[in-house]
Amino acid sequence: MSTSNPNFVLMVEGLTVSFDGFKAVNDLSFYVEPNECRVIIGPNGAGKTTVLDLICGRTKATSGSVNFKGQELLNMREDQIVHAGVGRKFQTPSVYEDLTVFENLELSYPKGHGVFGALTFRRDDQVKARIKEIAETIFLDDQLDEKAAYLSHGQKQWLEIGMLLIQDPELLMLDEPVAGMSVAERKKTAELLNRIIQDRSVIVIEHDMGFVEDIATRVTVLHQGKTLSEGSMERVQNDPKVIEVYLGH
Amino acid sequence: MKRSFSSFMTRQDMVGFAILAVVIFVLLPISLDTFRLNLFGKYLTYAFVAIGLVLCWGAGGILSLGQGVFFGLGGYCMAMFLKLEASTPENTSIQSTPGIPDFMDWNQLTALPAWWEPFHSLAFALFAVVAVPVFFAFIIGVAMFRRRVGGVYFAIITQAFAAILTILIIGQQGYTGGVNGITDLRTLKGWDIRTDEAKEILYYVNGVMLFVVLFAAQFIRKSKLGRLLIAMRDQEDRVRFSGYDVAAFKIFVFCAGAAFAGIGGAMFTLQVGFMSPTLVGIVPSIEMVIFCAVGGRISILGAVYGALLVNWAKTTFSESFPELWLLGLGALFIAVVMVFPNGLAGVYSEHVAPRINRLFNKSAADMAGAKTPAE
Repeated sequence: MSTSNPNFVLMVEGLTVSFDGFKAVNDLSFYVEPNECRVIIGPNGAGKTTVLDLICGRTKATSGSVNFKGQELLNMREDQIVHAGVGRKFQTPSVYEDLTVFENLELSYPKGHGVFGALTFRRDDQVKARIKEIAETIFLDDQLDEKAAYLSHGQKQWLEIGMLLIQDPELLMLDEPVAGMSVAERKKTAELLNRIIQDRSVIVIEHDMGFVEDIATRVTVLHQGKTLSEGSMERVQNDPKVIEVYLGH
Repeated sequence: MKRSFSSFMTRQDMVGFAILAVVIFVLLPISLDTFRLNLFGKYLTYAFVAIGLVLCWGAGGILSLGQGVFFGLGGYCMAMFLKLEASTPENTSIQSTPGIPDFMDWNQLTALPAWWEPFHSLAFALFAVVAVPVFFAFIIGVAMFRRRVGGVYFAIITQAFAAILTILIIGQQGYTGGVNGITDLRTLKGWDIRTDEAKEILYYVNGVMLFVVLFAAQFIRKSKLGRLLIAMRDQEDRVRFSGYDVAAFKIFVFCAGAAFAGIGGAMFTLQVGFMSPTLVGIVPSIEMVIFCAVGGRISILGAVYGALLVNWAKTTFSESFPELWLLGLGALFIAVVMVFPNGLAGVYSEHVAPRINRLFNKSAADMAGAKTPAE
């Protein structure tokens, strides 16, 4: 692995976070290229979600560096990281249940994010057209006026993906996007993700191996907060260390 | 899609505003004598606070148990101006230091404190009525929300502020009038505010100010900021990771609530003729939350009715059963929380509005004839 390649979108180096002495992520380094889809896999408690939390600023790192297009993310506030171009989807669907699908998408539209901007935000045709377009992508164009609370679990996942899409982030981070979905929904989601991971870098946490094989450019296997193995799906699958701690059972 | 039409007010909102206007400007004045009307004017000053609470608590999920602080600060700013006007050297010639407020003289002060000086100016006092509460709300907001203090912890801290301010006011008797407050207010720019005529005029001024605040609150609620508040209440993290500085929005809405409360406090001082620490502390602050809860914390109009109804009940019952009133208030709060969590507004939107709508739609359909329905 080369270290100071300017062609990387994201460079994570020596990332460590310690919770009362327990190192959930321990001296982790990895690099994401433009348009790469990186999948992070690993057993429960390996620190996968924590890595995403650290990158997007939800958890403060103890040491290390997260460099996104030349900016150090570790010193930035969550909303500044979003504006730098990093989008994050949570594991459980996080949508605004009391608002309609339209309003959910509208709040993610990248305009009027200050207090004054939000007060004077106008729903112009451009906003409406963009929301309509995204709604079609996420199969929800018939439910625009429905409250998000009435959507199915799968539809909520899609809605949250849509909320990220409308932000158009350069780096998209997805935490188990197909968890808890029915077979039909899962298939549709895979198709959706395959479409939206074009033209941007993506980090995905996923357990479903069939799905991982489908979308991954490269795979990082985490174990106890450290990289156990990294490379193509094929290489990782045949790595004896990986088979022992993860894929074997 | 009918969005642009309903972006500020739906037909239902307009009907609600119109009904409230009729109640405040027509029904109450013609059915009440000046004394009772003045009393209702006083109740309406609490509605200003309740409207602010609808924004903070109902929409944004920020429960403040210290709104009395802002109500009091607004009220004191107004009272300081009125007191200075009442304390002319002629009126206070029997004091050892004429020309300063009577309570200062009683406390051996021999000169007006410097921070009282600007309150000789009405313009400054009116500015301070809004600016002082907003300033304090801003300080509290920055200190709490930037540190991500929320929920119960925030509520308890605001309660502590209410206690602190009360203790401060009572302790600094020479500067604040102490436990008696600032009393014996007489004129506003030479206009006697104690006459029946003045009381009626002030009632209407109060009503107009209430509608100004209602429109401001409606504007905030119907803007994207209003929807963001609801989103923050449900999924604060999602809002944060959609690129919003959550703390800034909380600070804004907390300041807006403080500004409304300050205006209410000033209107209280004008109509009732005094301001005292009993309106600042923990108990009135919690009562204000109850007004909001009874009216329905999701509805700004509900908050106004809640303030009117609870206060009317308070006056009526405490005239007949003074000891039982507090128990009654507690029981009312528990009943509302358990049976009608959305208060009067919830009862209206769940039981009354559907019926009215059916009626309207039926007649509208009859009138429209062959025209296609609106939706």
